[in-house]
Amino acid sequence: MNNEGVDQSKRQFLTSALTVVGAVGTGYLAVPFLAQMQPSAKAMAAGAPVEVDISKMEPGQLIRVAWRGKPVWILNRTPQVLETLPTLDNELRDPLSLESIQPDSSKNPVRSIKPEVFVAVGLCTHLGCSPTFRPEIAPNDLGDNWKGGFFCPCHGSWFDLAGRVYRGVPAPTNLEIPPYRYITDTQLIIGESTEEESV
Amino acid sequence: MKRNRITECNEWFLARFPLTKLWNEHMAHYYAPKNFNFWYFFGSLALLVLVNQILTGIFLTMNYKPDAKLAFDSVEYIMRDVNWGWLIRYMHSTGSSAFFIVVYLHMFRGLLYGSFKHPRELIWIFGMLLFVALMAEAFMGYLLPWGQMSYWGAQVIISLFSAIPVVGDELSLWLRGDYVVSDATLNRFFAFHVIAVPLALVMLVFLHIVALHEVGSNNPDGIEIKDSKDPWGHPVDGIPFHPYYTVKDLVGVGVFMLFFATVIFYMPEMGGYFLEPANFIPADPMKTPEHIAPVWYFTPFYAILRAIPDKFAGVIGMGGAIVVLFLLPWLDRSPVKSIRYRGGIYKKALVLFVISFIALGYLGTQPATPTATIVARFFTAIYFGFFLLMPLYTRWEKTKPVPKRLTSVHSLEEQLPALIEEITQIKPGSTEIGHPAFKSSFFAIRPNPKGIKNLISRLAKNVKGSLD
Repeated sequence: MNNEGVDQSKRQFLTSALTVVGAVGTGYLAVPFLAQMQPSAKAMAAGAPVEVDISKMEPGQLIRVAWRGKPVWILNRTPQVLETLPTLDNELRDPLSLESIQPDSSKNPVRSIKPEVFVAVGLCTHLGCSPTFRPEIAPNDLGDNWKGGFFCPCHGSWFDLAGRVYRGVPAPTNLEIPPYRYITDTQLIIGESTEEESV
Repeated sequence: MKRNRITECNEWFLARFPLTKLWNEHMAHYYAPKNFNFWYFFGSLALLVLVNQILTGIFLTMNYKPDAKLAFDSVEYIMRDVNWGWLIRYMHSTGSSAFFIVVYLHMFRGLLYGSFKHPRELIWIFGMLLFVALMAEAFMGYLLPWGQMSYWGAQVIISLFSAIPVVGDELSLWLRGDYVVSDATLNRFFAFHVIAVPLALVMLVFLHIVALHEVGSNNPDGIEIKDSKDPWGHPVDGIPFHPYYTVKDLVGVGVFMLFFATVIFYMPEMGGYFLEPANFIPADPMKTPEHIAPVWYFTPFYAILRAIPDKFAGVIGMGGAIVVLFLLPWLDRSPVKSIRYRGGIYKKALVLFVISFIALGYLGTQPATPTATIVARFFTAIYFGFFLLMPLYTRWEKTKPVPKRLTSVHSLEEQLPALIEEITQIKPGSTEIGHPAFKSSFFAIRPNPKGIKNLISRLAKNVKGSLD
């Protein structure tokens, strides 16, 4: 190529300008492709509230329901369990649930609207495994410090029966409490915390 | 007349495509060091396994259904009802484990002979990118059977991204395409697994080999064969890749296929290591299996993740264990490449590294008990120590003088007759049984305790000497 008599600075400017315009164009073109990987409108609409009848639950029983594809636990806590909970505070990372996710109605020491009925999303706040329900006290595999709770088999996180995380385990926060409310005394609706939301 | 036609066709073709030139450049006139040993089989074997994965993969997609409702059953359909489907699927599933075995050995060869050092840094970088792409390919492929382990493995690994501050939750949502691992996730993983990542793998293999053929192969002595050339400009210590190494690699392929076929036909699940038991149960988003662990080739990194008692730091540790490998060419400050001429510190460090890698791999398959976690922390420290202390210990250590030309050692086949004689032949005058019948030469051939003792002590001395 003959470079004689070429205005180098003009050529440089045109090259840079074209590069910038091309990059912006590529950026715009990338948006639809990247955005199509977001949850679709159908996936977002699938989060409908779920109604649960708890009239037949025995004391100490745990039932699982699916809400937005996630396991939600409903646990009927016995008076013994409710007595044990306050004694664990010193071993917990966030006993007052200040850094954890829950609706305001459940932001209390037992993390529920009615103390005996505990509702939580059954996914560990570490990497999303579903912890196992281990209500027994001091079983062989978990040791004498186990006062009943949820144990995550994936990475060994401990939670008490209010879903509060112990110290020194990988999970950073307490189990998430979903928005829920009582329709009647024995009927729960999971996925909305006030009646206005259902409209 | 007919011959002329063929010649004409050839000429027509060669005038339009540089086939002879390519062949000569990369095979017939590509000079490779003449002292390649056992460790040099694994590059060509990795290529073989890649071809196996692509071919079997094409046929598997003909019957597989990437749909959360149909996926599990379609895999069982392949296993039971499709003609030879079981064979093609087992070739694919065993191939993925075989891929990691040969790639880990291939990488270990690099550590042994300094193949990552100047001027081959870029080959190492391309190789590491290949390794990362391979891990992505294996991880996404593992979701496709839609078993319990597929589901919860994907749930855990995608949740790793949510540990990243600020953008983490959005990022993992974007990766899943839903609030939990679901049909959308399965479908996109299928797309990545069969199109995007294999394309990237093939392109990276091309770059890896182009870069290799530009600078030439390293060798067990770690010296540049291009430094001493004959009058015709060929390296004196080099031999053409074809036919010498194509034939050698064929032997490797034969031995490899023997093992590969044994696994496919007799132990395709490999005791739960190649195909995990929990994955024979369909995915259940409501319940995690009692014990979840990734497939064996991810367990060393998984053990590092679990060893660190903090979500974000754990993810950083796991990612760092891979990132630090990329930096290897710049961490190693030793003037020599091959372990043959390195000082004792690197040899001992490498032994410790291999032990810690295997130990972490084992711990990653086991439940996270408090003792196991402490042991995993110890080995994690050694893993990172090997890399992060490397700039120090490789600079201090005393290296041996590197020869100008390749050296040759007596091969095991040459030494073997003398060794066998030493441990089996009773020499006259040594511990003899008095009876005349035992004097015959037939009875002279029996285990000789003294010879065995000599051999073992010599072996021990050799091992100790080679570690200094």
